[in-house]
Amino acid sequence: MIPLFHNAPAPLQLAADVLVIGGGLAGTWAAVAAAREGAKVVLAEKGWCGTSGVTATAGPGHWWVPPEQRQAAIGKRVESAAGLGDARWMARILETTWQSLPQLDRLYHFPSDEQGRKQYRALRGPEYMRAMRQLALEHGVTLLDQSPALELLRSESGELAGARGWQRQLKREWQVTAPATVLATGGCGFLSRLLGSHTNTGDGYLMGVEAGAELSGMEFSAYYCIAPAGSTMTRSMVYTFGRYFDAAGRELDIPQGPDFNNALARHLLRGPVFCRLDRIPADIRARLPYVQPNLMLPFDRLGIDPYRDKFAVTLHGEGTIRGVGGLRVTDDHCQTTVPGLFTAGDAASRETVTGAISGGGAVNSSWALSSGQWAGSGAAQFAKANRTVLRTAARYTETPIPAADADYCETIRAVQNELHPYDKNLFRTGAQLQRSLLTLDSHWDRLRGDAPHSDPDSLLRRRETQALLASARWCYSSALARKESRGIHQRTDAPQRHDRFDVHLRSGGLDSPWVRHDPVTRPVETPA
Amino acid sequence: MIELIFSDRCSGCSQCISVCPTNVLALGSDGKPRIANQGACQTCFMCELYCASDALYVHPDCEHPVSLDPAQVLASNLPGQYRRDSGWDEFANDPRYNNQHWRMEHIFALARELATPSPDTGPRHE
Repeated sequence: MIPLFHNAPAPLQLAADVLVIGGGLAGTWAAVAAAREGAKVVLAEKGWCGTSGVTATAGPGHWWVPPEQRQAAIGKRVESAAGLGDARWMARILETTWQSLPQLDRLYHFPSDEQGRKQYRALRGPEYMRAMRQLALEHGVTLLDQSPALELLRSESGELAGARGWQRQLKREWQVTAPATVLATGGCGFLSRLLGSHTNTGDGYLMGVEAGAELSGMEFSAYYCIAPAGSTMTRSMVYTFGRYFDAAGRELDIPQGPDFNNALARHLLRGPVFCRLDRIPADIRARLPYVQPNLMLPFDRLGIDPYRDKFAVTLHGEGTIRGVGGLRVTDDHCQTTVPGLFTAGDAASRETVTGAISGGGAVNSSWALSSGQWAGSGAAQFAKANRTVLRTAARYTETPIPAADADYCETIRAVQNELHPYDKNLFRTGAQLQRSLLTLDSHWDRLRGDAPHSDPDSLLRRRETQALLASARWCYSSALARKESRGIHQRTDAPQRHDRFDVHLRSGGLDSPWVRHDPVTRPVETPA
Repeated sequence: MIELIFSDRCSGCSQCISVCPTNVLALGSDGKPRIANQGACQTCFMCELYCASDALYVHPDCEHPVSLDPAQVLASNLPGQYRRDSGWDEFANDPRYNNQHWRMEHIFALARELATPSPDTGPRHE
């Protein structure tokens, strides 16, 4: 191979059956499932497998429903999915979740309630991901920590052949050749301060599209989460008890329920909003630090008593994290439109299980756990059937290597300026989406003109910036094409839902993003 | 963002450098971690959770660096708070710090009961 950087130490070169990119909830489940099929698995994680991603910092519930209650749960979910959900996929993730969580019994201490019943539904993020790291290691998965992927590779004959990246602490390049790859790189939160989301910059969307994959549902990317202003602590549970006030101390009418975020955002557009948690009963207050141990950190460290004091709140954008869109899944093993390229978790479109609304933490966690395992086993089976020897690896794109100290701050700020404001992303209009796209396009063109130099850290930053920009353009191009309101995609200039948009919006393209309307159909099943 | 490293407390295990999701820390010439890229800190508190010596302190302000008095922070019970409340390491068998995360569902249900009624009160998150 030809190394990207000539003055760096010799690259780490590995051969595997399955390469998993991303070591969060979906990626670790994918790696374990592939290893169970006998595959040799390498997992490359940008940060550290166990702390990286939005599961490790949160406390995911799961869509955990006993078999006898599932039909009703699915019926309710299909109804709220605004025409884009699929009962069969919902049943699949319910069953996979039900079968999988008890398998962690040895590595995660599931507490019991007062009646002695073991509680499987909700796990604490850090302990969950610590257990998943251990489970992956026990299955012989080779973990590459602090090893962001830079690009997918293909063989001389054009087949997907693995990926390469940079080990940012060991300061050397890595390259893994593998017939099958799982993209489990998470969603894209556009560096919004959402807790744990800063590694989730849409890298998998970019690499997937470069390799020829399609995206789906990227317009469903307008989801937000409450936090104390200036903090990252997007743990929303206690805010259900909240009372909200404007700067003059007048209590605001912000009803709980599905419209909470929109109502809060409307008030935030007018001025600061303050919250007080005085409705939380004393016994719950005493328990909260042991329910969500990170919840109180901002309050305690800023000297705020949230049960007595009013404190300013904000909404952090989630983009596609607790949004819906991602790489389009074409079969039951979550293969993309590129043979051998699989996807899982928030990197994949979740339309089949969430429809047009957010899956929240529970459905999304069940999706990550399930799609991870399906993608992992699918990738392992693909690798068994496609054991090609790869002599040389070719690249999908030519990436200029930027100058040292290029920080891309201006471009990143531009993306944030278009994607975070509530009056641009949450309350959408065609005219504003067009203005945002013009701005984003001009930054894309400018980024393309970069002169090649040789600095790995700048290259990593450049690729993240490119992924953020590309993801932003796919989100807004899709939002512009869906001239109606449906689920979390709300257009103030088209507030009604229309039958002619009973479609999935596929998207892709780099220099010229495109959007295509596909009728809603069941995905093609692959023979097992 | 990460603000303080208490080198006197630090055992030099360098676990914090390894586990930081955004690669903020680096090994200093004294064999102890130093803050190499504060601007990359995502204020996730993971380094604190994984530091068995309670030798790091993350301030909750995720936008601006703040100026802190290390002696004052050390004298508080704040470094180590996250690890203790999570019941990690030496707190693992202490019944005061048992994992009660499973109560979330009941707390949500209670909150919805107490909340202002709205036409369609469904679960919002998690």
